[in-house]
Amino acid sequence: MIQRECGVLKTTYEADMGLYPLPIAKWTVSVLAVVFFLVIPLTLHEYYLSVASLVWIAVIGALGLNILVGYTGQVSIGHGAFMSVGAYTAANLANRLGSPWPVNLIAGGLMAALIGAIVGIPSLRIKGLYLAIATLAGQLIIEWTINHVTFISGGVQASIEVARPRLGPIVLSSQRQMYYFLLVFVVLAIVGTLNLMRTRVGRAFIAIRDQDIAAEIIGINIFRYKLLAFAISSFYAGVTGVLYTYFLGIANYEQFQIGVSIDYLAMIIIGGLGSVLGSIFGAIFVTLLPIVIRYVMEAFGGVFFSQQTVLNLIPNLRLMMFGALIIFFLIVEPEGLNRLWRNIRSYFRVWPFAY
Amino acid sequence: MRQFLAIATTLVVAAGSLLTASPSHAQSKSEIVIGLQCDRTGPTQIVGTVLCPGFHDYIALVNSKGGVEGHKIKALEIDHEYKVPPAVESYERHKKEGAVTMAVYGTPHIYALAAKLTEDRIPGTSPGFGSAAAADGIRYPYIFPIAATYWSQGAAAVDFVKKQLGGNLKGKKIAFIFYDNPAGREPIEVLEDLAAKEGFQLKTFAVPPPGVEMGAQVLDIAQRFRADFVIGHLFGGAPQVSIKEFKRVGYPLKKFVSFVWGAGEANIEGAGGFQVAEGYYVMQFAGVGSDYPVLNEIREMYKKQGKEPPKEMASTVFYNRGVLIAALHVEAIRNALKAKPDGKITGEDAKKGFEKISGFTLGGLVPPLKVTPTDHEGGGLVQIWQVHDGKFVKVTDWFAAYQDVVAKHIKESGTKK
Repeated sequence: MIQRECGVLKTTYEADMGLYPLPIAKWTVSVLAVVFFLVIPLTLHEYYLSVASLVWIAVIGALGLNILVGYTGQVSIGHGAFMSVGAYTAANLANRLGSPWPVNLIAGGLMAALIGAIVGIPSLRIKGLYLAIATLAGQLIIEWTINHVTFISGGVQASIEVARPRLGPIVLSSQRQMYYFLLVFVVLAIVGTLNLMRTRVGRAFIAIRDQDIAAEIIGINIFRYKLLAFAISSFYAGVTGVLYTYFLGIANYEQFQIGVSIDYLAMIIIGGLGSVLGSIFGAIFVTLLPIVIRYVMEAFGGVFFSQQTVLNLIPNLRLMMFGALIIFFLIVEPEGLNRLWRNIRSYFRVWPFAY
Repeated sequence: MRQFLAIATTLVVAAGSLLTASPSHAQSKSEIVIGLQCDRTGPTQIVGTVLCPGFHDYIALVNSKGGVEGHKIKALEIDHEYKVPPAVESYERHKKEGAVTMAVYGTPHIYALAAKLTEDRIPGTSPGFGSAAAADGIRYPYIFPIAATYWSQGAAAVDFVKKQLGGNLKGKKIAFIFYDNPAGREPIEVLEDLAAKEGFQLKTFAVPPPGVEMGAQVLDIAQRFRADFVIGHLFGGAPQVSIKEFKRVGYPLKKFVSFVWGAGEANIEGAGGFQVAEGYYVMQFAGVGSDYPVLNEIREMYKKQGKEPPKEMASTVFYNRGVLIAALHVEAIRNALKAKPDGKITGEDAKKGFEKISGFTLGGLVPPLKVTPTDHEGGGLVQIWQVHDGKFVKVTDWFAAYQDVVAKHIKESGTKK
């Protein structure tokens, strides 16, 4: 994931199938694991962990969307709605049947997968912008349904309170516990996606993205794989919704409106379509950038303006800088932050010898 | 060039860290922090850009008079663009900074933070919005609506309509036009109950988000349903559109009463000015106009600093609400400090402070609330004002209506699930 070297020097099938072909990659991953599982949660204040938790939730959602948009080439503006499907499924199960969170998590994911596959049916006939509009319709229909069917939404307020997840006798409620809880699923999601793309299914997705007619001719069942892509991607979205619900302690459809779908699309486009690392970069970028900009403004705004003006300026300038930085990064590297990272890496690999 | 850039960045970063580190100059007593969430850039920015300066001005006024019991107050504002994840982030940031009370802004946000507020024992306010069921202080110990909830607003609206229509609603037709989201639908159950009780015919008209398309609904109300009175419950840019549309179909605006978020000067100006909206009734949970002693004090404070009073003060409805919210937070903190003179108050103390607020009116700007451990709404008082001759004119004094019906709904929502 982090490091690759050229040259195919493998002598066994196991070596060929390894997720990390180089020792340095294994080392990097172990160091990252220590940092994220021990150093960060044990040294930082809970506030930073809550921000990290928001990033983790975004990472899982972005990974799921990237499977569909980046790897399979099918656009979806309905992911916010798929998240709400997962969230409400879990919230209803938790409150009506009192089922434990692992059951709710999987059920939420599966329900979202089912709905996602249904919304994905038009993808068999239409592509690109047309498909985007079809999924947009899915988003609006799901939003409307949750908003109006009280059986799902649990009343006109359309919000269902959910008890905190339990792990045996421990109730996970502090930000530190939540951080670990979410981090486990982030690892599962990353490893799952990395491996999915190495399987027959993943290769079929990529074949469909690159040229669907050619893929059909070489024997890929387009119908099955397109719907499978929608289902897997929506499963991730559903899980994201469930995790978000447990993170906040409430399922509320206003957290999953169309703006959320657009935000996630922005994440994977900024991060890099069709790459796992890109999804992670994108999620971090979109979630953290507004916060970082605010800190910078709070520190430096007082130099130029009065305190009242600063308060009014911060949010507006933040929006402008956010937009400007997105454009900047996309002009610098249209293929996203992942490509930028790879360029930097390959530059330093041979540094100081340019050739 | 590169070297220059590197040096420049280092200098700027160093300057920034110095600036952030500097404010720890000597103070006799510790600062008390209030967490303030705002929406200056999102869909309800016409409220946020005026309400939040009002909040800050009141805090500045309190500090200029020596603070509360000798403690300075610090209001930390974070803008969340009406989005939930930034609201969660700002809540945690405020908690890190040691906020003892949180002024939450927005219905989705108070829902999202309800569990955290209760777990962390920090009182959060949701004035004029949010879950009406949160008036139940036993079930939601750390959530304080501290102003009329949508249920109380609905009850007050029906009572007002009843008086306007001659004291009897039997057989009358009342239309309810609302923004089609959870906050918009919330009052319907109370209105339906009252329809059965008073014998009027209620018809609801949903305006889908983003609330700028309502021509068909308005035409339906005016010409097919022929409503005797209309109750409006719209947010953001929608109230302006509703005034224009009702005007266009020729429906008299003096038969229209709007809930609190369609009631500001900005809403009227957005619809084309006070001349256009002549007759339009609005509901208020804070006093309107600039004729209150506390506002004079704020103007005095600016004059002493040699500055003009801020232009936001001209938009009195939302500005005064900002002052009201700030004043209630300060009052809660004052009560907490009185109970704990050592000044080390926590969220729990502030909660008890809120529950002691009673008869605090700020010269008429704040309704005579009585917040108790069981009633976090404080009575659900509103005033009705009317657009008349280019300004808002007071029509009724503070009142609350059908409190038995509202109480019944609060109780039912507590036993549900």
